[in-house]
Amino acid sequence: MPTIGDHDHSHEDHERTFQPDEEDSLGYYAIAEMAVRELLIERGIFTADEFRRHLEVADHGNQALGAKVVARAWTDPDFKASLLRDGSVAVAEYDVEMLGHTRLYAVENTHDVHNVIVCTLCSCYPKPLLGLPPDWYKSRNYRARVAREPRKVLAEFGTFLPEGVTVRVHDSNADMRYLVLPMRPAGTEGYTVEQLEGLVTRDAMIGVTVVGAPV
Amino acid sequence: MSARFAIGDTVRIAERYPPGHIRTPYYIRGKTGVVADVLGAFPNPEERAKARDGLPELPLYRIRFRQTEAWPDYDGDPGDTLDMEIYHHWLEPDKPAERSG
Repeated sequence: MPTIGDHDHSHEDHERTFQPDEEDSLGYYAIAEMAVRELLIERGIFTADEFRRHLEVADHGNQALGAKVVARAWTDPDFKASLLRDGSVAVAEYDVEMLGHTRLYAVENTHDVHNVIVCTLCSCYPKPLLGLPPDWYKSRNYRARVAREPRKVLAEFGTFLPEGVTVRVHDSNADMRYLVLPMRPAGTEGYTVEQLEGLVTRDAMIGVTVVGAPV
Repeated sequence: MSARFAIGDTVRIAERYPPGHIRTPYYIRGKTGVVADVLGAFPNPEERAKARDGLPELPLYRIRFRQTEAWPDYDGDPGDTLDMEIYHHWLEPDKPAERSG
Protein backbone atom coordinates (compact mmCIF):
# COMPACT_ATOMS: atom_id res chain seq x y z
CA MET A 1 0.00 0.00 0.00
CA PRO A 2 1.47 3.37 -0.97
CA THR A 3 2.13 5.78 1.87
CA ILE A 4 1.61 9.51 1.78
CA GLY A 5 4.57 11.09 0.12
CA ASP A 6 5.09 8.24 -2.33
CA HIS A 7 5.41 9.99 -5.62
CA ASP A 8 6.77 7.53 -8.07
CA HIS A 9 4.13 7.96 -10.77
CA SER A 10 4.21 10.47 -13.59
CA HIS A 11 2.13 13.65 -13.60
CA GLU A 12 0.39 12.56 -16.78
CA ASP A 13 -1.57 10.10 -14.62
CA HIS A 14 -2.87 13.01 -12.53
CA GLU A 15 -4.11 14.78 -15.61
CA ARG A 16 -6.06 11.75 -16.64
CA THR A 17 -7.89 11.62 -13.32
CA PHE A 18 -9.57 15.00 -13.85
CA GLN A 19 -13.07 15.09 -15.27
CA PRO A 20 -13.37 17.99 -17.72
CA ASP A 21 -15.78 20.70 -16.55
CA GLU A 22 -19.12 20.45 -18.27
CA GLU A 23 -18.54 23.91 -19.73
CA ASP A 24 -15.53 22.55 -21.61
CA SER A 25 -17.69 20.15 -23.56
CA LEU A 26 -20.65 22.36 -24.47
CA GLY A 27 -21.87 21.65 -27.97
CA TYR A 28 -22.91 24.08 -30.63
CA TYR A 29 -26.61 24.06 -29.67
CA ALA A 30 -25.98 24.46 -25.95
CA ILE A 31 -23.88 27.54 -26.64
CA ALA A 32 -26.46 28.86 -29.12
CA GLU A 33 -29.22 28.39 -26.51
CA MET A 34 -27.26 30.39 -23.91
CA ALA A 35 -26.52 33.16 -26.39
CA VAL A 36 -30.13 33.44 -27.57
CA ARG A 37 -31.47 33.30 -23.99
CA GLU A 38 -29.13 36.11 -22.92
CA LEU A 39 -30.17 38.22 -25.90
CA LEU A 40 -33.87 37.65 -25.18
CA ILE A 41 -33.36 38.72 -21.57
CA GLU A 42 -31.41 41.81 -22.70
CA ARG A 43 -34.20 42.71 -25.11
CA GLY A 44 -36.78 42.38 -22.32
CA ILE A 45 -38.74 39.56 -24.00
CA PHE A 46 -38.60 37.75 -20.66
CA THR A 47 -36.69 38.21 -17.44
CA ALA A 48 -34.11 35.90 -15.92
CA ASP A 49 -36.55 35.23 -13.08
CA GLU A 50 -39.32 34.29 -15.52
CA PHE A 51 -36.91 31.85 -17.17
CA ARG A 52 -36.02 30.36 -13.78
CA ARG A 53 -39.73 30.15 -12.88
CA HIS A 54 -40.43 28.30 -16.15
CA LEU A 55 -37.87 25.65 -15.21
CA GLU A 56 -39.34 25.44 -11.72
CA VAL A 57 -42.84 24.74 -13.09
CA ALA A 58 -41.48 22.14 -15.51
CA ASP A 59 -39.44 20.49 -12.76
CA HIS A 60 -42.56 20.11 -10.60
CA GLY A 61 -43.61 17.23 -12.80
CA ASN A 62 -42.45 13.64 -12.52
CA GLN A 63 -43.86 10.29 -13.45
CA ALA A 64 -45.05 9.54 -9.90
CA LEU A 65 -47.27 12.62 -10.11
CA GLY A 66 -48.64 11.41 -13.44
CA ALA A 67 -49.28 7.98 -11.90
CA LYS A 68 -51.24 9.64 -9.05
CA VAL A 69 -53.47 11.38 -11.61
CA VAL A 70 -54.04 8.16 -13.57
CA ALA A 71 -54.83 6.07 -10.48
CA ARG A 72 -57.24 8.76 -9.29
CA ALA A 73 -58.99 8.71 -12.67
CA TRP A 74 -59.30 4.92 -12.41
CA THR A 75 -61.00 5.15 -9.02
CA ASP A 76 -62.91 8.45 -9.12
CA PRO A 77 -65.38 8.76 -12.04
CA ASP A 78 -65.95 12.49 -11.47
CA PHE A 79 -62.22 13.17 -11.59
CA LYS A 80 -61.89 11.07 -14.73
CA ALA A 81 -64.69 13.03 -16.42
CA SER A 82 -63.00 16.28 -15.42
CA LEU A 83 -59.60 15.05 -16.67
CA LEU A 84 -61.05 14.12 -20.06
CA ARG A 85 -63.02 17.38 -20.28
CA ASP A 86 -60.14 19.75 -19.46
CA GLY A 87 -56.95 18.18 -18.19
CA SER A 88 -55.44 21.49 -17.04
CA VAL A 89 -58.37 22.16 -14.72
CA ALA A 90 -58.33 18.60 -13.35
CA VAL A 91 -54.62 18.56 -12.47
CA ALA A 92 -54.60 22.06 -10.96
CA GLU A 93 -55.39 20.52 -7.58
CA TYR A 94 -52.03 18.71 -7.82
CA ASP A 95 -50.36 22.13 -8.19
CA VAL A 96 -49.63 21.37 -11.83
CA GLU A 97 -49.54 24.63 -13.74
CA MET A 98 -49.45 24.23 -17.50
CA LEU A 99 -47.00 26.60 -19.16
CA GLY A 100 -47.92 29.52 -21.39
CA HIS A 101 -50.88 28.83 -23.64
CA THR A 102 -50.61 25.07 -23.34
CA ARG A 103 -53.41 22.87 -22.06
CA LEU A 104 -53.30 19.31 -20.77
CA TYR A 105 -55.30 17.01 -23.04
CA ALA A 106 -55.95 13.47 -21.83
CA VAL A 107 -56.78 10.69 -24.27
CA GLU A 108 -58.28 7.46 -22.96
CA ASN A 109 -57.25 3.98 -23.99
CA THR A 110 -60.15 1.56 -24.36
CA HIS A 111 -60.64 -2.00 -25.57
CA ASP A 112 -61.04 -0.52 -29.07
CA VAL A 113 -58.50 2.33 -29.20
CA HIS A 114 -54.85 2.62 -28.18
CA ASN A 115 -53.32 6.11 -28.08
CA VAL A 116 -49.66 7.02 -28.48
CA ILE A 117 -48.06 10.46 -28.29
CA VAL A 118 -45.29 12.05 -30.35
CA CYS A 119 -44.15 15.56 -31.16
CA THR A 120 -42.88 15.36 -34.73
CA LEU A 121 -41.85 19.03 -34.85
CA CYS A 122 -39.75 19.13 -31.67
CA SER A 123 -40.29 17.37 -28.33
CA CYS A 124 -43.46 18.83 -26.73
CA TYR A 125 -44.33 16.92 -23.58
CA PRO A 126 -46.52 17.62 -20.52
CA LYS A 127 -43.49 18.55 -18.38
CA PRO A 128 -45.40 20.24 -15.52
CA LEU A 129 -47.12 16.87 -14.94
CA LEU A 130 -44.58 14.25 -16.08
CA GLY A 131 -41.23 16.07 -15.86
CA LEU A 132 -38.66 15.88 -18.62
CA PRO A 133 -39.26 13.49 -21.52
CA PRO A 134 -37.04 10.43 -22.00
CA ASP A 135 -34.23 10.80 -24.54
CA TRP A 136 -35.83 8.41 -27.02
CA TYR A 137 -38.95 10.62 -27.12
CA LYS A 138 -36.77 13.41 -28.49
CA SER A 139 -34.90 11.23 -30.97
CA ARG A 140 -35.45 11.72 -34.68
CA ASN A 141 -35.95 7.97 -35.01
CA TYR A 142 -38.97 7.87 -32.67
CA ARG A 143 -40.44 11.15 -33.91
CA ALA A 144 -40.32 10.22 -37.57
CA ARG A 145 -41.24 6.57 -37.28
CA VAL A 146 -44.03 6.45 -34.70
CA ALA A 147 -46.12 8.79 -36.86
CA ARG A 148 -45.38 6.70 -39.96
CA GLU A 149 -45.35 3.10 -38.72
CA PRO A 150 -46.69 3.13 -35.14
CA ARG A 151 -47.34 -0.59 -34.91
CA LYS A 152 -43.72 -1.41 -35.75
CA VAL A 153 -42.46 1.09 -33.18
CA LEU A 154 -44.86 -0.26 -30.53
CA ALA A 155 -43.58 -3.77 -31.27
CA GLU A 156 -40.02 -2.55 -30.65
CA PHE A 157 -41.23 -1.42 -27.20
CA GLY A 158 -42.63 -4.92 -26.70
CA THR A 159 -46.22 -3.79 -27.20
CA PHE A 160 -48.47 -6.04 -29.28
CA LEU A 161 -52.12 -5.00 -29.30
CA PRO A 162 -55.01 -7.43 -29.62
CA GLU A 163 -56.50 -7.68 -33.09
CA GLY A 164 -59.14 -5.09 -33.86
CA VAL A 165 -57.60 -2.34 -31.72
CA THR A 166 -57.25 0.97 -33.56
CA VAL A 167 -53.95 2.78 -33.10
CA ARG A 168 -54.37 6.52 -32.75
CA VAL A 169 -51.17 8.56 -32.97
CA HIS A 170 -51.36 12.11 -31.62
CA ASP A 171 -48.86 14.55 -33.06
CA SER A 172 -48.39 17.10 -30.26
CA ASN A 173 -47.67 19.86 -32.75
CA ALA A 174 -49.26 22.93 -31.16
CA ASP A 175 -50.82 23.96 -27.82
CA MET A 176 -52.12 20.70 -26.33
CA ARG A 177 -49.89 18.58 -24.13
CA TYR A 178 -51.02 14.98 -24.14
CA LEU A 179 -51.47 12.42 -21.41
CA VAL A 180 -52.52 8.87 -22.26
CA LEU A 181 -54.96 7.52 -19.70
CA PRO A 182 -54.05 3.82 -19.83
CA MET A 183 -56.58 1.05 -19.18
CA ARG A 184 -56.71 -0.21 -15.63
CA PRO A 185 -55.41 -3.77 -15.76
CA ALA A 186 -57.58 -6.74 -14.91
CA GLY A 187 -56.97 -8.30 -11.51
CA THR A 188 -56.66 -5.00 -9.64
CA GLU A 189 -60.23 -4.81 -8.36
CA GLY A 190 -59.23 -4.91 -4.71
CA TYR A 191 -56.27 -2.54 -5.07
CA THR A 192 -55.92 0.67 -3.11
CA VAL A 193 -55.21 3.89 -4.99
CA GLU A 194 -51.60 3.73 -3.76
CA GLN A 195 -51.18 0.19 -5.11
CA LEU A 196 -52.61 1.29 -8.45
CA GLU A 197 -50.19 4.24 -8.61
CA GLY A 198 -47.34 1.78 -8.32
CA LEU A 199 -48.40 0.04 -11.51
CA VAL A 200 -48.52 3.13 -13.75
CA THR A 201 -45.36 3.85 -15.75
CA ARG A 202 -44.15 6.84 -17.72
CA ASP A 203 -44.08 4.81 -20.93
CA ALA A 204 -47.74 3.83 -20.47
CA MET A 205 -48.63 7.51 -20.10
CA ILE A 206 -46.87 8.22 -23.43
CA GLY A 207 -48.62 5.20 -24.89
CA VAL A 208 -45.67 3.11 -26.07
CA THR A 209 -46.77 0.42 -23.66
CA VAL A 210 -49.79 -0.56 -21.57
CA VAL A 211 -50.12 -0.99 -17.82
CA GLY A 212 -49.52 -4.67 -17.24
CA ALA A 213 -51.52 -6.91 -14.95
CA PRO A 214 -49.93 -7.26 -11.51
CA VAL A 215 -47.50 -10.16 -11.19
CA MET B 1 -62.60 34.99 -34.65
CA SER B 2 -65.14 32.27 -33.90
CA ALA B 3 -64.78 28.67 -34.96
CA ARG B 4 -65.90 28.10 -38.52
CA PHE B 5 -65.74 24.35 -38.52
CA ALA B 6 -67.57 21.89 -36.28
CA ILE B 7 -66.78 18.40 -35.07
CA GLY B 8 -67.33 15.97 -37.93
CA ASP B 9 -66.66 18.46 -40.73
CA THR B 10 -64.33 17.28 -43.47
CA VAL B 11 -61.47 19.69 -44.08
CA ARG B 12 -58.40 19.91 -46.27
CA ILE B 13 -55.08 21.22 -45.03
CA ALA B 14 -53.76 24.02 -47.22
CA GLU B 15 -50.86 22.95 -49.41
CA ARG B 16 -48.49 25.87 -49.14
CA TYR B 17 -44.94 26.19 -47.99
CA PRO B 18 -44.26 29.62 -46.46
CA PRO B 19 -40.98 30.27 -44.64
CA GLY B 20 -40.84 30.74 -40.88
CA HIS B 21 -42.05 28.97 -37.76
CA ILE B 22 -44.94 26.83 -39.00
CA ARG B 23 -46.73 24.32 -36.78
CA THR B 24 -48.47 22.54 -39.65
CA PRO B 25 -46.20 19.57 -40.37
CA TYR B 26 -45.08 19.23 -43.99
CA TYR B 27 -46.32 15.67 -44.18
CA ILE B 28 -49.96 16.65 -43.66
CA ARG B 29 -50.21 19.59 -46.05
CA GLY B 30 -52.72 18.93 -48.84
CA LYS B 31 -54.30 16.03 -46.92
CA THR B 32 -57.95 15.66 -45.96
CA GLY B 33 -59.23 14.87 -42.48
CA VAL B 34 -62.16 15.32 -40.12
CA VAL B 35 -62.54 17.80 -37.25
CA ALA B 36 -62.23 15.73 -34.06
CA ASP B 37 -62.36 18.59 -31.53
CA VAL B 38 -62.69 22.37 -31.44
CA LEU B 39 -60.21 23.63 -28.86
CA GLY B 40 -60.89 27.36 -28.56
CA ALA B 41 -58.79 30.36 -29.58
CA PHE B 42 -55.00 30.52 -29.35
CA PRO B 43 -52.41 33.12 -30.38
CA ASN B 44 -50.91 32.63 -33.83
CA PRO B 45 -47.51 30.94 -33.28
CA GLU B 46 -46.26 32.07 -36.68
CA GLU B 47 -46.52 35.67 -35.39
CA ARG B 48 -45.33 34.93 -31.87
CA ALA B 49 -42.15 33.43 -33.31
CA LYS B 50 -41.37 36.95 -34.52
CA ALA B 51 -41.92 38.35 -31.00
CA ARG B 52 -45.33 39.78 -31.97
CA ASP B 53 -48.44 39.23 -29.85
CA GLY B 54 -50.06 36.68 -32.20
CA LEU B 55 -53.40 38.50 -31.97
CA PRO B 56 -56.15 38.13 -32.95
CA GLU B 57 -56.24 34.60 -31.57
CA LEU B 58 -57.11 31.87 -34.04
CA PRO B 59 -59.48 28.95 -33.57
CA LEU B 60 -57.48 25.76 -33.08
CA TYR B 61 -58.83 22.37 -34.05
CA ARG B 62 -57.84 18.76 -33.60
CA ILE B 63 -58.01 17.10 -37.00
CA ARG B 64 -58.13 13.34 -37.40
CA PHE B 65 -56.59 11.78 -40.50
CA ARG B 66 -56.67 8.20 -41.62
CA GLN B 67 -53.11 6.89 -41.63
CA THR B 68 -53.77 5.71 -45.18
CA GLU B 69 -54.50 9.35 -46.13
CA ALA B 70 -51.30 10.61 -44.51
CA TRP B 71 -49.20 7.76 -45.92
CA PRO B 72 -50.64 6.04 -49.00
CA ASP B 73 -48.38 3.03 -48.41
CA TYR B 74 -49.37 2.65 -44.73
CA ASP B 75 -49.42 -1.03 -43.91
CA GLY B 76 -51.04 -1.06 -40.46
CA ASP B 77 -54.76 -1.39 -39.79
CA PRO B 78 -56.77 0.77 -42.25
CA GLY B 79 -58.74 2.19 -39.30
CA ASP B 80 -55.59 3.62 -37.65
CA THR B 81 -55.54 7.40 -37.34
CA LEU B 82 -53.20 10.32 -36.87
CA ASP B 83 -54.54 13.30 -34.92
CA MET B 84 -52.96 16.74 -34.76
CA GLU B 85 -53.76 20.37 -34.05
CA ILE B 86 -54.26 22.75 -36.95
CA TYR B 87 -54.87 26.51 -36.72
CA HIS B 88 -57.83 27.98 -38.54
CA HIS B 89 -55.95 29.65 -41.40
CA TRP B 90 -54.54 26.32 -42.58
CA LEU B 91 -57.97 24.73 -43.03
CA GLU B 92 -60.01 24.72 -46.21
CA PRO B 93 -63.51 23.32 -46.49
CA ASP B 94 -63.43 20.06 -48.37
CA LYS B 95 -65.14 20.36 -51.76
CA PRO B 96 -65.57 16.81 -53.00
CA ALA B 97 -67.48 17.87 -56.13
CA GLU B 98 -64.68 20.16 -57.27
CA ARG B 99 -61.98 17.69 -56.33
CA SER B 100 -63.57 14.83 -58.23
CA GLY B 101 -64.43 17.04 -61.22
